[in-house]
Amino acid sequence: MKRFFTSTMLAIGALCMMLSSVPAQASSDTIKVGAILAVTGGASFLGGPESRTIQMQVDKINAAGGIHGKKIDLIIKDSGANPEKAISFTKQLIEEEHVFAILGPSTSGETMKIKNICEQGKTILISCGAAEVIVNPVAKYVFKTPQKDSFAVKKIYNDMNEKDIRKIAVLAGNTGFGKAGKKQLLTIAPEFGIEVVAAEVYDKKATDLSAVVAKLMANKDIQAVVNWSIVPAQAIVAKNIRQAGWDVPLYQSHGFGNIKYVEAAGAAAEGIIFPAGRLLVADVLPDSNVQKKILLQYKHDYENKFDDTASTFGGHGYDAIMILAKAVEEVGADKEKVRDAIENMKNFIGTGGVFNFSATDHNGLDIDSFAMMTVKDGKFVLY
Amino acid sequence: MTAELFSQYLFAGITYGIIYAIVAIGFNIIYNTTGIINFAQGEFVMLGGMIAISLNTIIPLVPAIALAVVITMIIGALIEIIFIRWLDNPSVLRMIIITIGLSILIREVALHIWGEGVRSLPYFNGNEISSIKILEAQISPQVLWVIGICGIMVTLLSIFFRFTSLGLDMRACSANRLAATLCGINARNMVTFSFMLSAGIGALAGCVMSPITYTQYDCGTGLAIKGFTVAVLGGLGNSMAAVAAGLLLGIIEAFSIGVVPLAFQDAISISILLIILFVRPNGLFGCNETANLKEF
Repeated sequence: MKRFFTSTMLAIGALCMMLSSVPAQASSDTIKVGAILAVTGGASFLGGPESRTIQMQVDKINAAGGIHGKKIDLIIKDSGANPEKAISFTKQLIEEEHVFAILGPSTSGETMKIKNICEQGKTILISCGAAEVIVNPVAKYVFKTPQKDSFAVKKIYNDMNEKDIRKIAVLAGNTGFGKAGKKQLLTIAPEFGIEVVAAEVYDKKATDLSAVVAKLMANKDIQAVVNWSIVPAQAIVAKNIRQAGWDVPLYQSHGFGNIKYVEAAGAAAEGIIFPAGRLLVADVLPDSNVQKKILLQYKHDYENKFDDTASTFGGHGYDAIMILAKAVEEVGADKEKVRDAIENMKNFIGTGGVFNFSATDHNGLDIDSFAMMTVKDGKFVLY
Repeated sequence: MTAELFSQYLFAGITYGIIYAIVAIGFNIIYNTTGIINFAQGEFVMLGGMIAISLNTIIPLVPAIALAVVITMIIGALIEIIFIRWLDNPSVLRMIIITIGLSILIREVALHIWGEGVRSLPYFNGNEISSIKILEAQISPQVLWVIGICGIMVTLLSIFFRFTSLGLDMRACSANRLAATLCGINARNMVTFSFMLSAGIGALAGCVMSPITYTQYDCGTGLAIKGFTVAVLGGLGNSMAAVAAGLLLGIIEAFSIGVVPLAFQDAISISILLIILFVRPNGLFGCNETANLKEF
């Protein structure tokens, strides 16, 4: 009886120690960061590089001893660009894992679904989604690293004004990014005296767009085509337009900033004009450019570690984790203080541009963070 | 509508249509010998494309495609031998769940091998921007390759099923498995062979269409849905009807773009599937009496 009593007490004691020691360890030595990224699925072109980049940067920070001695415990969840999955992962990360902050999601559609959940859970969200609606109106805990889509639209329209292009056609993928972009294109067009004479939306899984290209081509008013999507269809559009023998200027969104799309479109990619962050042309930037050093560093690290070319999308992941790390470094691992630190962060040099956050701007980038680019001999060059 | 636009839509429609038809024929071959719908049919198309792309980095295009077709056929045979052959008189529901499971399995394996990016074979003639003018329409030479190879495949298949001993054996199994077995036909081998055959034609279609549509680890699902629609539209089990139904669906889809927004393209094919299921469940070319003799 006595022995039974002792062993029970011992077991209870051990249990208590386990219970008390585990959470204590978690909160003192590590910072738990969640990441919800579309590693697979239709937006894997974004989520793949983002998750590899974030993992790489976290490993780097941890290898250097962490932030103020605290290591980052990174939990990556693959949403497959599915908003329902993003929602359940967000709830899981906030309620069960009690994460410090969430990075991602990769797409605008998913971000809009979880924006309110993070807001209610008072958890910092640094999205890699591009659409402006993520930060307009501003939500207290929600930030984003990619440039706003309205800036991309304005950059494109500026270029059209210079060329005296007045009537255009708009094609967009049926993703959150495509829909938001199409809306911006239609809203901003009158400001620049441009008329959108045709607007079509295609499925994100579209494999051949020759029929819709034929339809647009039959409209002789169209002086240029703008395509807005993040899916492989942006390479298919380019091919179908050129195969139809249509020599029209083709503009793409900043979603085109992955050299794989150029490879996929091959000769048809030549001459496509699009706005993008300067990462793509890091090698040829003048030395005076403030971003050059960090762009080359990231490109070098990423391309050496993975059998993959660095894209602006991985850069959005880089900016997200580095902004969080910088804020934690400044004020310590306190959620509220870190949120304030991000909101007041100025002159942070990232891959997307120079970030200047404020209470009214949770993106922090200006229109100059984009540069117009084109494709020449299968490479990105400044336009 | 101008003549130019008309023929441009027509070619786009025929291209989609013939691809749908090939996937539908793959469904039909397996349906005929086993009475099940193999939902992994789309994955054979993806595998064919992916394997050919990988092989093409070390060997020239034609042997790469030939080898990819053979490898996919072996995979098809292995799938049948490992997962289906030993089942003793399985229910239809069980077989459907097995094939859906297999399609998910193949997709995940492909994701691990080839990653999430899109890949493609080079154009057989010319490159991404070359086009030729036929009947006022500007089309890529690859479109002719797709139409030509798929057309030849359909012709060869119909000769095979009509005039060769093996083809007749397979048809006998689909007509009455017990009677065929009594006549000395090894029905189990015919089932394995049907998997190989449908994997092979799927893989070849996957190779010729790859330059146009690109190949991605999950591109099989969409094709399987369209192929299934076409198979039902033509009447399950009827391969020649599948060709007519495929072309019909492709052309309807292409011409619909001229009338309704592009976004409704897929809604049209799904609506057709639903209407056919309600109004003529045996398909446009199906016959009620033969359908009543089938278990599913």
